[in-house]
Amino acid sequence: MIEITEAPIDHAALTERVRSNFTGAVCTFLGTVREMTGDRRTASLEYEAYPEMALKKMAELEAEARRRWPLIDAALVHRVGCLDLGEISVVVAVSCPHRDQAFEACRWLIDTLKDVVPIWKKEVWADGSEEWVHPGV
Amino acid sequence: LFALARQRVGRGDVTLELAGPVTVEALKRELGVTYPELAPLLPHVLIAVAGEYAADDMVIPPGAEIAAIPPVSGGSGAHRPRRHPSLLQAIEAER
Repeated sequence: MIEITEAPIDHAALTERVRSNFTGAVCTFLGTVREMTGDRRTASLEYEAYPEMALKKMAELEAEARRRWPLIDAALVHRVGCLDLGEISVVVAVSCPHRDQAFEACRWLIDTLKDVVPIWKKEVWADGSEEWVHPGV
Repeated sequence: LFALARQRVGRGDVTLELAGPVTVEALKRELGVTYPELAPLLPHVLIAVAGEYAADDMVIPPGAEIAAIPPVSGGSGAHRPRRHPSLLQAIEAER
């Protein structure tokens, strides 16, 4: 299950969604809005997506994870728009027969999502300045 | 255009006048000439053609949607080696 949404993400509902009698392990990762980056204080984050391509890439990630691990189910949901401190920006929930598989698949999915899915964030710092986060630029 | 690229130009959609079919590399060059404010960013930008990351030597087919993709947000990527976004295509190619 793949989604990009402007609405707050119900992580518990996504965890429940991937749970079933076939699973022995469920792993849910939440990305949340952190207040402090080093010495700098964040006021809020803005996420922007290229939605058509982002959804396509997320679906490819899920398909690749299903080839690599015996996933029973998976949910990848990313939020876009303006997020307050502590809010959930991304959820990856996976279920597998065993925990090693669930941990590995969940870790691979969030790491690869962060590398390939066209979604960007802008830091709105507490001092009022704003900064797009583009690693390497 | 997205994120910092969109902010620098001031809008998300831009039009370029190109003489005939061009490669991704030529398109990036032309983007930098037409929008000098993008030039410093372009070495870090990948071009997506019809929703797929495209190699520099790809000739852009007529009518395809083209997007300039600045590096994606990466989260705590500073702490682990970054992978090129075309990783997935590489995985597919191995199969």
